Formats: sequence, C-alpha cells, structure tokens
Amino acid sequence: MMRTDGAPLSIQEYEQQGGYQGLRKAFQFNPEEITQMVKDAELQGRGGAGFSTGTKWSFVPMGKSAPETKYLIVNGDEMEPGTFKDRLLLEGNPHQMLEGIIISAYAIQASEAVIFLRWAYKMSANRLARAISEAEQAGYIGKNILNSGFNIKVSIHTSVGRYMCGEETGLLSALEGKRSLPRAKPPFPQISGLFGKPSIVNNVETLCCVPHIMDKGPNWFKGLSNGDGGGTKLYGASGNVRNPGIYELPLGTPLNELIEVHAGGMIDGYQFRAALPGGASTDFLTTEHLEVKMDFKSVSACGSRLGTGTIIVLDDRTCPVGFVHNLEHFFAQESCGWCTPCREGLPWVEKILKSIEDGEGQQEDLGVLQEHTVGLGPGMTFCALAPGAMAPLKSALKYFKTDFEAHIQQKRCTYKNN
Amino acid sequence: MATITVDGRNFDVGSDKNLLETLLWLGFDLPYFCWHPSLGSVGSCRQCAVKKIQGENGDRSQLVMACMEPTIDGMEVSIQDKQASEFRANVIEWLMLNHPHDCPVCDEGGECHLQDMTVMTGHAYRRSRFKKRTHLNQDLGPCINHEMNRCIQCYRCVRFYNDYAGGDDLQVFSAHDNVYFGRHQDGTLESEFSGNLVEVCPTGVFTDKTLKSHYTRKWDLTSAPSVCHHCSLGCNILAGERYGSLRRILNRYNPEVNGYFICDRGRFGYDFVNAEDRILVPRERDRSEVILESSPIIASLKTALASGEVKGVGSPRASLESNFALRELVGSDNFYNGMSGGESELVQLALDFLSNGPVKSTSLTEIEHCDAVIVIGEDLTNTAPMMDLALNQSVRVQPLEQLGQVGIPEWNDAAAREYLQNQKGPLYLLMPQPSKLSRIATKSFRRGIPELIRLLSEITGLLDPSNGPTKVQQPASGSPNAAREADETVKEIAAALATAKRPLVIAGTSMGSLPLMQAAINIAIALHRKNENTRVSFVFPECNTAGAAMMEEKSLPAGQLSGTAPHTLIVLENDLYRRGTPNQIDEFINRFKQVLVLDHSETPTTARADLVLASGTFAEADGSLVNHEGRVQRFIQVQAADELVLESWRWILKLGKLVDNQKLTAYSEFDHLVDAIEQGCVQFAGIARTSLPADYRVHGQRLTRAPHRYSGRTSMFANHSVSEPRPPQDQDSPFSFTMEGHPGIPPESATSHYWSPGWNSVQSITKFRSEISRGRQQSDPGVRLIEPSGKAYLEYLKLAQTHDHQWQLVPLHHIFGSEEMSIKSPAIAARSPEPKITLNSAQAEEHGIKAGSTLAIIIDDQETALPVQLDADWPTDHIGITAGLPGLPYMEGNSIVQLKPPGNEN
Amino acid sequence: MLTEKEIAKIDLEVSHLPYKGAACIEALKIVQQERGWISDESIHLIAEYLEISAEEVDSVATFYNLIFRKPVGRHVILICDSISCWVVGYENILTALKNRLKINYGETTEDDRFTLLPIPCLGTCDRAPAMMIDNDLHRDLTEEKLDDILNQYQ
Ligand SMILES: Cc1cc2nc3c(=O)[nH]c(=O)nc-3n(C[C@H](O)[C@H](O)[C@H](O)COP(=O)(O)O)c2cc1C
Ligand code: SF4
Ligand code: FES
Repeated sequence: MMRTDGAPLSIQEYEQQGGYQGLRKAFQFNPEEITQMVKDAELQGRGGAGFSTGTKWSFVPMGKSAPETKYLIVNGDEMEPGTFKDRLLLEGNPHQMLEGIIISAYAIQASEAVIFLRWAYKMSANRLARAISEAEQAGYIGKNILNSGFNIKVSIHTSVGRYMCGEETGLLSALEGKRSLPRAKPPFPQISGLFGKPSIVNNVETLCCVPHIMDKGPNWFKGLSNGDGGGTKLYGASGNVRNPGIYELPLGTPLNELIEVHAGGMIDGYQFRAALPGGASTDFLTTEHLEVKMDFKSVSACGSRLGTGTIIVLDDRTCPVGFVHNLEHFFAQESCGWCTPCREGLPWVEKILKSIEDGEGQQEDLGVLQEHTVGLGPGMTFCALAPGAMAPLKSALKYFKTDFEAHIQQKRCTYKNN
Repeated sequence: MATITVDGRNFDVGSDKNLLETLLWLGFDLPYFCWHPSLGSVGSCRQCAVKKIQGENGDRSQLVMACMEPTIDGMEVSIQDKQASEFRANVIEWLMLNHPHDCPVCDEGGECHLQDMTVMTGHAYRRSRFKKRTHLNQDLGPCINHEMNRCIQCYRCVRFYNDYAGGDDLQVFSAHDNVYFGRHQDGTLESEFSGNLVEVCPTGVFTDKTLKSHYTRKWDLTSAPSVCHHCSLGCNILAGERYGSLRRILNRYNPEVNGYFICDRGRFGYDFVNAEDRILVPRERDRSEVILESSPIIASLKTALASGEVKGVGSPRASLESNFALRELVGSDNFYNGMSGGESELVQLALDFLSNGPVKSTSLTEIEHCDAVIVIGEDLTNTAPMMDLALNQSVRVQPLEQLGQVGIPEWNDAAAREYLQNQKGPLYLLMPQPSKLSRIATKSFRRGIPELIRLLSEITGLLDPSNGPTKVQQPASGSPNAAREADETVKEIAAALATAKRPLVIAGTSMGSLPLMQAAINIAIALHRKNENTRVSFVFPECNTAGAAMMEEKSLPAGQLSGTAPHTLIVLENDLYRRGTPNQIDEFINRFKQVLVLDHSETPTTARADLVLASGTFAEADGSLVNHEGRVQRFIQVQAADELVLESWRWILKLGKLVDNQKLTAYSEFDHLVDAIEQGCVQFAGIARTSLPADYRVHGQRLTRAPHRYSGRTSMFANHSVSEPRPPQDQDSPFSFTMEGHPGIPPESATSHYWSPGWNSVQSITKFRSEISRGRQQSDPGVRLIEPSGKAYLEYLKLAQTHDHQWQLVPLHHIFGSEEMSIKSPAIAARSPEPKITLNSAQAEEHGIKAGSTLAIIIDDQETALPVQLDADWPTDHIGITAGLPGLPYMEGNSIVQLKPPGNEN
Repeated sequence: MLTEKEIAKIDLEVSHLPYKGAACIEALKIVQQERGWISDESIHLIAEYLEISAEEVDSVATFYNLIFRKPVGRHVILICDSISCWVVGYENILTALKNRLKINYGETTEDDRFTLLPIPCLGTCDRAPAMMIDNDLHRDLTEEKLDDILNQYQ
C-alpha cells in the first residue's frame, strides 16, 4: 500500500484501502489471542535475526501482577549499511506502522510506544509526527481507543548517530539518554527493558506486517510466503545492478530471481560475483548460491543469514578486499568500546585490510584475520555487532582467498590499474 | 550448595556467587579485569572465558564468561580447555595492542594486575605492526596521577567512582577504541574516595601522586598491617616505608570494617609522619636535647609522683597502651582521658548505651546491609567518611530485594542497576548543615538543634505510642507550612524505620548537644522494642576516642583541679589547645610547675612544655585503638624509628624505671602492657586476641615486613657506612623488619603486603580473603569489646535542657583539614576548604550581613573574623563555622557565638 | 544561559521521562540545533539544568557521531562512506568535494560555510552515492551536480 508519487498515504487514503480494520478486529480478541495469531502467522522478526515475533511477545509478563508501565519500542534505526527498507515504509505509509504499533502494544498491554528513528530519516520523522496527530484525532491513539478501554501513548525519538542504537539493548540505553551500550542478557528486555520495565523491541517492517495478520488472518499471511516463515518481505538490492531498489515479494523468493528479475540484472559490463544477502553483517553468497530461497532458514543453510534482506552486490570489477575493508572500517568506527575483542580487534582487522589493499600486506596477516573471525565470533563478544562484522570477512577469506593472496604477493590492489 | 566439575575434578561450592568468584575461591588462577569482588560483574573485558561443557560428549560446549555465569549444581567447566586458553591469550593480545608497555617507568610496575594477567595467559610476542593510539593526560589534582595511554578499558574506574561511591566527575568519553576515562576538564577529582582508583584500576592509569613524589617499588617497601588514625572508624591499612620515610598507604581488607576501600583522608593523610615539624629528639624548653637520666625535670617528677602531685592527661588520638601506661604512672586518680568536658560527656553516654542498653552497634560493613537509616546531626562525609561510602550501599538494600522476582543475581551488576534504575531505600538526614549524602537521601531535613530534638521525640512517640514521650508542641517560630512539612516528615521517617528489617540510627558528637544524642538514643530504644535487629552507630571525633573514654571517665579538668597544688603535668599526644579556649588552657597549664609532653609533632601544647619526649607516630609504634563501634584493633609498627623516637608507652615505661614505679618496671614489652590491660580493666577483656603475640612463629619463623624481593638492602645505606647495618629487631610483634621469615601467606590479620605466586598486585587480595580463598585462616578483624547487655535503658531518657539562644554554633567539619594530623600532609592541605561562616540568608539580611563580607565573631573569649556565606536553607539562630583547620579558633558544638556588630568591621 | 526556547523544548522532553537526566540526549540535540554545536559552556548549562554532572553530559555527547563538540560551519556536509556508496564510487565525489572546498574530513572552510564529515550509510543505497547537507538528502550524486548543490547553501 503506497502511492506511486512518493507522498505518504493520508489517514483517509489509508482507511479507504482497509487501514485500521486490523485494529478494529484486534480489539475483539484478548491480548494473548493476538500473540498466538502472530505466532500462528509465523511472522519472523524483520530486524535481522528472524526470531518468531509472537514467541518474543509471549515472554512479556501479563496480567495484574505485571508492572504497570510496559513499553513497545519500534526499531527504526536502520543503520546497517546497505539497508534502506524501513525508510520506505516510514516515508510511504506511516499509518500502517502506527496501526501495527497499536495492535502490538495491545497484545503485550504496553502503555507507551516509542519509535526510535535514525537521525538521517528527517522526512520519516516529519511524516510520522503528522500521522501520529492524525491518528490521535481519529481516536486510534490516546485513551480508550475505539471504546476498547485500551490506552496508548506514542512518541518519536530520533537518534544522534551510532550503529549500536539499532542493537535492541543499545537502543534502550539510548532511549534512557545514555551512551548506547549493549546490556547483558539475561535479563531480556521483555523482563527488564526501558527504565527497567518490560519492553518489546520490534523492527519497523515486523510491525507493518501485524495489521494485515489481524485483518486477513494468520493463515492468509502464512500463505503469502514461498518459503520457511510467513508473509512477504521487503527485499532490496544495491550495487552495480540496473534497478536498485526495494521490492515486496513473497518470503523465500530465490536470490537469482531477485537479482535478475526485480533488480534488473547487472549493469552492462559488470558481472555478478557475490552478494551480501541482508546488509553488511551477513556472509557472502556467491554464484553457487543463486538458487537459494531468501528466507531465514534457507539462507542460514548456505552459511549466511537473511539479515535485513537487502542485498549488496559485489561485481567482478570491484575489489573484494577493498569491499571488506570498507565494511570493517564501518564496524570498527561503530564499535561502542565496551568489550575488548570488538573494541580492539576490529581496528586491527581494519588496519590489516587497509595494509593489504595498500600493497603492504604480509602473509601472516591472513592468519591473524582468520583468528579474528573466531575470536570475534558469536558468543565471544558482548553483543552481536562484532560477530556481524566477522560474517563478511570470514566468507571473503573463504571465497576470495586468491584475491587476498594476490594483493599480498603483488604488493598492490589487483583491481587498480597501477 | 552445589557440586561443580572443573577440569575433571569435583568441588562442593556455594551457589550464590558467579562462576569466576567460585573458581577463584577454589584457588584456580583465572584471569579477569572488569570483575571486582565489590563491584560485581558486567562481562565487558571478556578475559575470564572458560569452556562450559554441555551436551552428549560435550558437543554443545561453548565458551562463557565465568563472571557472567551463575554457579549451578552439576555444571562442568574447563579452564584449561584449548579454545578457552587461546581466547584468553587473545584478549590480552588485544589489550596490549594499544598499551604502551612502559612498565619500567610505570608506577604500577611490579604490582600490576595487567602484568600478572599477561603472564598468566602466556601472551608474549607482539604481532601487530601498527601504531598505538595515544591520549593526552589530565591533571586530576594533588592525589591522583593520570596516564591514559595505559588504559585497558575495563570500566572499573567509572563503575567504582560513580556507581559504587556516588561520585559524578569521572566518566568515560568517546567511543570505539578511542574511549577515554577522565574528567570533563582538568581538575581535582572531587570524590572523597578517589584514591581507591589507585587500587581499582588494574594497571597504571590512576596512580598515587603522593607516592610518586618519593617513589618506591612495591617490592622495596617495608610494610606492616596498620589502622588508620584519621577518624573513629578504624579502617585497616597497609603502610609502606623506605629509607626511613613513609611512602604510601593502601587499603587492607577487613571484611567487617572497611572491606576493599578507604577514604582519601586515610590514604593521603600519612605525610605528617614525614613532616618537618616532627619531634625527633627529646628536648627541653630551649630546644636542647635532653638526657633523661640526668635531667632535673625527671628528678623532680620523681618526688612529685611520690606525693601524688602529678597529673596525667591522656589522649583520644594515642593508643590504648600509651594511655594505659600513663595511667599506671600517675595513678588513676590523677589521670584524665584528655577530652573536653562536653565531648567526654557525650562519648560516655554513647558508650554507656552501647554496653548497657539493648541495641547493638554496627560494624562498617554491617551498615551496608541496613535497609533504613536515619542520620542525626552528623555530616558523615566529613566526620566519618567511610560511613558515607557504606550508606551508598545501604540505600540499595531495599531495591535489591526486588531482584529475586526477576531472577537477576545481585552480582550481575549492570543488570541489577538497569532493572532498579534510580530507586533508593530510605535514608533520612536530620542536621542543620548541608550534606553531600543528600544526593542519595530520601530526604535531607535541615533544622536547628532544638527543633531536631523536638522532631526526634515525635518520631519516638510515633514508633512507640504507648511508652514514648508524648507529642511535643511544634516550634512557635515555624510557619504553618514548615510545621506541616515537619509533621509529614516525622510520619514518613517513623513509618520507614518501623517497617524496615534492619533499621539503623546514626548519631555522633559533632553537634555537641547532649539532648540531641539522648533523643537519638530514644529512637533506637523505641525501634528496638519493635525490632530486635535495630542497630545504632555513634560517630566519635578521633581514632581512639572510645578507647580513651573507656579507659577513664574523667575529662580534661580545665579550671577545676581539686586538691593540693599540682606540680607536674604530663600530656600524652594531645594538643590541649584543641580542647579549650586559649585562656582556659593557658590558665590550666600555668598552674603547674613543670610540664612534660609526649608527642610526635609540634603543637601549641609542645610549645608550652619544659620537656618534650619524641613519640613515634602510628608508623613507628605498636598499639591498639578502639573504634566507633567498640572494636579494638592492633596496628603494627611499620618502620624502625630514629634512635631517640619511641612509642609513647615505651617512653612512659622508661620514665617508670627512672622513678622506680613498681608496676611499670615489670613491663618491658608491648605484650606485657596488653596483658596488664586485659587483667586490669574488665572493659578491655579480649584485647589480647586482637593480634598475634610477639613470640608467634610459623614453623619457627617470624612474619616479614619486607617482601622476598626486597632489593638494595646491603647497599641502601652505603652513603653512611659500607658495612651493612644490623637490621632493627622487633620485640613487640612477630614481624621481622626484613624479608627474613616465613615465606608463605600469613594469617589474614597479619597481612603486611598482598602477594601470592603469580599475583603481584593488590588484586591478589582474593587469595587472602577467607570468604574468597578457600582454606585461609579465618581473619581476626579485631575484637568487639562492647556488646549490649540490655540491663539498662529500659525506659526512655529524659532529655536534658536544650537552649534556644541565638547563634548556636554548628562546627563545619571537613574531611580534608579538620583532622589534626592529616592536614599536615600537602596533598590533604591542597584539598582543604577556605574557612567560612554560614548564616541563614534572610536572618543575615536582617542583621545587615552580606555574603562575602567578613564577619567577626566571639566564641567564649576568642575573636575571629571569617568570610560569610549565606544559605537559604540554613536554620535560623544557628551559625556554621569551619572547624579544626589550623588557625581557626577552638570551638565546641552547640556553644554560643556572639557576632561583633558589623559596624566595627572595616 | 539556556534560552527560554531551549528550556521550553527541554522541559517538554523531560515531561515524558521518569527523571530529568534521561533527557540528556534530547537536550544536547536541542541546544545543538539552536547553536550549531555543543561548546563546553553548553555542556555545563545542560548539566546544571538536568541536575547531572558535566561529566555525564560530556560522556554522552562524545559518544554519538552527530553531536558536534567543535564548532562547525553554517552547513554540515555528511557524505556517506558506506558500502553501497563505495561500490558505486563515492570516493570520486569525496575527492571532488575536498578539492572544491579545500578542506579535509573534520575541517571547516575558511569562510565558515561548510564542514565536511563522513557518515555511515544514509539508508538510500539504491540511489548511491549520497550525502546530506543540513537536513537535505542529495542522492545519485555525480561530480557535475556538486556545484549546483553547493550553491544552494550560502
Ligand atoms: C549491531 C546491531 C545493530 C542492529 N541494528 C538494527 C536496526 O537498525 N534495526 C533493526 O530493526 N534491528 C537492528 N538490529 C537487530 C535488533 O537487535 C533486534 O533484533 C531487532 O530490532 C528486533 O526486531 P524484530 O524482532 O522485529 O526483528 C541490530 C542488531 C545489532 C547487533
Ligand atoms: S568476563 Fe568477565 S569479562 Fe569479563 S570481565 Fe570478566 S571478568 Fe570481565
Ligand atoms: S551505502 Fe550509502 S546510502 Fe547506503
């Protein structure tokens, strides 16, 4: 549901297209039933991890003994390089997400919703602010919504720039006005989140799915998918492809269809070499994986992650060492500085990659890089930033080993003409 | 209880600790940085990784950070696991990427946790060829040196400084590998506990600046277990010496007193030992050195003693043994405890209540577990600093109880703080002056003394309506609003105390008001009737106030000496001019024909002496002190003193021999005195247990003051003589002055330095702490001499009259400056405040007094002029005056001050 | 002194929050919006107003990329240096910008007109290379377009 001219749907347009029907239906159920429907719809979190949204909600304490204040937090940080899907949803149809927020908040009985927006999304912030006041006037936000007895406050918080703000616990720290440092789990945010209160953090796209599940039912939603998990997915493509952009497709659309059909194939003179399937923190997929269905399970089976589903294409004329260096530069800069491996390891990795790219690499460097892919791997660091950073490096060392070696042997970047 | 398997061996352990602490307790060497026994776990450094073995044949095993892992029955872990060891070595390698590796010029070298952990993991060679990042350092004031390049980002400093100690001017700045720990701008760290950064920081970022000015490596220090002499709490310290000068103070762990920390007064106040005004030879009035044997003063002392014409004035800052020896010399009839009358009266009341009343006094660490506290008339940050730190923990007690319901263990520090946010348990401050503790207090209720007394009585009445004093009238002066606020506060406090599990009443002597202390006692009585776990704590002015008061009831007899004209006055380590006005003291001293003073530092009193005997400071003496709680603790001589400097008690023994005193001639060693005290004074029964007797040996060997790596012994005095001098002998303690002796870990109470194989830093304390280290001899954290008998105080005290006059004196104590000895240390002097007078703004205006103007005041017969500061919340009719700093007049709380009319001022 | 406007905006934020200090980031944003950057003085003003220490405010201020602790020009150019822009050659745009403005990253032109800073992914990878000047997004950049774009900012 979007306009073609890029302007956002107004509340009337949205309602005309069936908007806020899901919300009306939601109030016919009790909160636990909604959580169950979301579970049944097999909605998997679109923030990158693909965890079952309904299951996540079910950990929130409910009932009389639950704390009075609970939070629903919308993760609209979208700072993962190569990812630009949430922007589209925020700018094109803010009401859809608001509807999702209200239903989800009702499901966990949250009294406050906070939308955390990336700083650069100025237009999203403006459109959302307008949409919120429209929804307030229409009685969808505020006290006793649609005579359901349910109240919700919705506010927007814009970031001041840090990739860590997207990590769900780092986001909580930022919302508390602090440095965006991650928090240890357990306790999970569902138990002790924003200001110590039970909180759910969900991605923008995840929440945008919720009204449709309500409106048309879990089975319908599940049926939209072409793979493991329910629904459609916003896929994206960037790099030297003909039609870079965002495409809503059934979950499980094959990679080659995505590239060849929807992204229009490679620009003339460029050949597909590999792609990060879902943002900077996923492992490369190469030509051998072109058939893979782009759902969480299938992509994992190829040793990568679906992540955000926005693919970044590496072509044959682009240096993979430089490519990875660019990514690691980003990760090293965005490390919060809390845990040792990430804080110290990433800059070392970055320096080595730069050195290789500058023709100053040494044979031992590859061993050191390899070690880092283990030492900064899952479970070793405090949060998932560093393991994410290691994903492209690890797979690059695997698939583009000859490139690395050629750089070291020839003491130059083999993709530059010198 | 839980059984866990570590590298194939089974151990029975408790399950309340995290796995790291459990493993350390079992004696395993597992490296760590961000964890600290008092600060808990946050899991940031990733150094303590172990393999958690799970699944069939361990196929689901994974690395975990031991500090973030609960100890669970049946769990199996491996420290030696290859992946775990490799990862731990990797972590050190990462930390060393930017560490300057400047150990040879680093003050921490040789006692550096980072060095120890680096060796422990086996990381040895640098693989990175890239430049290290560098930082600029800050000037953090006279106490702490800053060298940021050495930082390994464990975040302990900010966690201690802000979360644990309640400071707010140290922070982490920037992000990624550029994080910086320091202040917003250069400047002195404001926290009274900043010195602990020296020990909390695992490497050389924060080091002791006072040590730097006379630097000595840890292994070259001669040190001994000692007790801080700078307030009444008796924190345990390690004091280290080299070349005859005292070089530094470290915390000495005592699980019942100060735990892991001490305050900055205690850490940096030691330089009085090295000060210029030390008295190093016995001398006569004309400053000529004296030979006692041939001194006419001693000859006439002998005759005077025989006729009972010698008065001895003891001291609340001298050891029990010295006080006792003097009492033995002059006879108890002629002995005085060395305090002013007013102070002594308050202390006696407090001690009497503690021993005969129903309520137990708290140890310092017990305060950390009290869940509702009322502080009456004591500015603790300045009069008993470590109590401030303890209260920072006690306000967490009630909130922490909520952790159970969400399954967060208390050691999971970051999670606990995030869950509890800013919640604080009840802490009420009732005093006229502002307090730094108000930042954590539920309410800081600032009123004048008379009104506080009335309110306290009302609280008592609410707590115990049947027996308590009936509701007293509201003060006539208060506005209806103030009256309503007072009424609500009283109810709120009574309710908080009544519902607490372990309520605590803290009071003290600094307001100088007997009825205020009585009112505090009444609250304790009322609370105790409701709840047997009620505790009370009294703050005293000096390190041995309680000991001196227990030794002798009679206070300084200013102006009222009875009997025959006295002949000789002997003053023990006491500046009488801090106990009375100049006129009073002059008049008192003038009545004697000769005056003999024992002290280590020059004072106005030594200036009046015909004979001064050079006493040893705590660093040159053995002795015992009784702290605020009634706990007697032993301090051990650190350094051999100059030939002519002796412990006061040893001088007195010497005098005793010269005058043929029967009792004193029998004693020649410290332990003799201790035995005599134990036998002679029931109130001190048990004191012999406070320390190991001088003949204690381990496998026939003495304990050592110098570590086994002590260097330069044969050459350090080569500029005086090329032959190595015979080491000094110690007949008073089981310690040798050298490294000769038992090489192993000594009993905990006799720890002279923290070291164990592989652990050279103070973090090796975990190996010494019996709760942490299994199989350690239980510590002897001193002996509590006072337990409540419950025989008396069955009824509430009838309050003494209070006066409602205008300009009642509120002495404003300051941690840096108000204490007599520590102010002689340059680092403390540099942090001392500008003296000032504080008045209520509105009332000052009525009198035409302006902020910043100079106001002349008269206390008794002394006139002083100080700049004025105004405070809208200051209670009317009260006047605050900075107390105790050099040059300020003698003042006793609650006395009446006269203002000189401003007209006389220029 | 904080201006009345700044105070009003900060108060509004504080009203949503359980305690004043939680508005730290918001207050920094508000003051930066009014003053262009966050000076030491601003740090102290915010600290005093939120009743937290200058250290706490500065700790937060220095953590985030987009709180400027040094003066910036009238317009701030944030050029995306992340992967999709890199693949399609943002580096040429950067070089062109640097040459035109005669400044490097982190510097401000002599006439105080522009400050040039790198920024991670602007979330517009399908229209790379991209940059933001003040609140405006500029995409599909080419060297030729630069002059026109820069001319809009005086
Ligand atoms: C370093 C890091 C950055 C992240 N950034 C984002 C982000 O920008 N947006 C997002 O939705 N999730 C992000 N995530 C994932 C979130 O932690 C979290 O899993 C997600 O918001 C949950 O939402 P979902 O369950 O709806 O997917 C990030 C995770 C990490 C480790
Ligand atoms: S994990 Fe544990 S992390 Fe690390 S500090 Fe420990 S001790 Fe640290
Ligand atoms: S990489 Fe530049 S906008 Fe995404």
